[in-house]
Amino acid sequence: MAEQKAPQPRPEDSAISVNMVSLWYGSFRALFDVNLEVKAGSITALIGPSGCGKSTLLRSVNRINERLGSYVRTTGSIRVHGHDVLADDVELAQLRRQVGMVFQRPNPLPLSIRDNVLFAHRIHRAGERVTRIEEDELLETALRQVLLWDEVKDRLNGPATGLSLEAQQKLCIARLLPVKPKVILMDEPTSALDPEATDALEGLLWELKGEYTILIVTHNMAQARRASEETAFMLLGKMVEHRPTQELFLTPHEQETADYIEGRYG
Amino acid sequence: MPADSGSIAKVDLDHRGRSWYVDKAVGGLVFVGGVSAIVFVMGIFVFISREGFGFVFGTLDIGEFLTSIEWRPTSENNPRYGALALIAGTAAVTGLAMLVAVPFSLGAAIFIAEFATGRTREGLKVLVELLAAIPSVVWGFIGLSIMSPLIIDTFDQPVGVGVLNSGVILGLMAAPIMTTIAEDALKAVPDSYREAAEAMGATRWQVVWQVVLPAGRNGLVAALLLGVGRGFGETMAVLMASGHAINIPTSPFDSVRALTATIAAELGDAPRGSEHYQALFTLGIFLFVITFLINLAADFAVRRGAPRG
Repeated sequence: MAEQKAPQPRPEDSAISVNMVSLWYGSFRALFDVNLEVKAGSITALIGPSGCGKSTLLRSVNRINERLGSYVRTTGSIRVHGHDVLADDVELAQLRRQVGMVFQRPNPLPLSIRDNVLFAHRIHRAGERVTRIEEDELLETALRQVLLWDEVKDRLNGPATGLSLEAQQKLCIARLLPVKPKVILMDEPTSALDPEATDALEGLLWELKGEYTILIVTHNMAQARRASEETAFMLLGKMVEHRPTQELFLTPHEQETADYIEGRYG
Repeated sequence: MPADSGSIAKVDLDHRGRSWYVDKAVGGLVFVGGVSAIVFVMGIFVFISREGFGFVFGTLDIGEFLTSIEWRPTSENNPRYGALALIAGTAAVTGLAMLVAVPFSLGAAIFIAEFATGRTREGLKVLVELLAAIPSVVWGFIGLSIMSPLIIDTFDQPVGVGVLNSGVILGLMAAPIMTTIAEDALKAVPDSYREAAEAMGATRWQVVWQVVLPAGRNGLVAALLLGVGRGFGETMAVLMASGHAINIPTSPFDSVRALTATIAAELGDAPRGSEHYQALFTLGIFLFVITFLINLAADFAVRRGAPRG
């Protein structure tokens, strides 16, 4: 089952290359020798029933799951553009600059819209002088890219937490852009949004694709179909099948995949 | 539906079991407990006002009370009731205490809430609570027997009791409770903020400094204000470590006398109902009003912060 039967991109084209990754939460094993190649510049969806390990895998790529402490143990390798991110000498700050993340619930910081968008940039510029004009430019570019500029341009100094959920989630994407990440991880980014906002956010994914590699976890199969080029299906901590989205949904190779997309479980 | 099932339901509906009475009884009991807080506060206020108000609005010159440094309540022919030196003493000691307590308590709160994990954290919390439970007379004792000789030796001073001694002692006393409240304030900051900032590559300290402290600002202000309130109200340790000399302090080594210590030291000697006795109650009213305002401000700060969480 851990075998991947699909034609895989060659590893050198991969933005993310997951190789034989296993992960334990204490004594509970959440991932079993998972392999996954994510093509640079593409949108790849991770689907599977609750508890299948898709979020765990996603949260391993920027190592944010290490917040839980030493009780998380990971083996195998995860390469982002060729660099092994699980290595001991990886600087987490640098990794997370390259690999941005959008969460389930929009989580803007309790700061102004402006400070939210510039937060990561200010953290990473390490003493470098940046003028107000340059900051304004970054701010506008980022907000325009997520199609939020017109909505918030008159209240950039207002609190980000006062925005609608849709705008908050867009802002959470916008704040990643000024540091030019290579990869954006999204953990069910629309689960707190209504259908219209979901639609708007999915549209945004297509805008960002190409410039950024997007790996998105979703519990919503329709979303995976609409908003991804490739889909990987996971079950019980194992990678079952990973193929171009249309193929996976139309002609799944594995029985488990077929059962899942037909709604027999999950 | 069969006819008899209706009659069963009817019987059940007006049956009051034991648990109904227990519920009502406990409800009443808890209500009395809750209301008693109001009754006691009002009662205390009425008591100290009854003893002091006649004097405040009669004999006392409020201008003199607030601006004169002459506190000579026992003088036979020319009693003076100037509380300025006492207010200055209390303010100086409390001010220094906050200078000592704020870095300690804020540092401890940040460490416990943001950095320590597992047993370290639990152990520290227990220790901090233990510190908060040390009786103030013990702190006063430490001030007299340890701090005082230390100040005399280190700074080559003739006396070791004064603003410095009592300020440091009071600061150490106030720090544990401030730590606990500040830690609560930091804990109340949603974890999603920390996660968001960390996912953007912020270090632990950047998260604390740029996200958690601003987000918990109101709770931290409340912690500070409660510390100030504690400083104003503390009696025994200040009485022992301040030197108890009526004096507007000009150096940290000066002896001072606090409002609270004055009441504690003099009330026993003041004949009940005398002017002296009433003057001491006036100090009490003054303290009551100040601590009430400080607590109100702290409460306000917390409330203002609550909806943002």
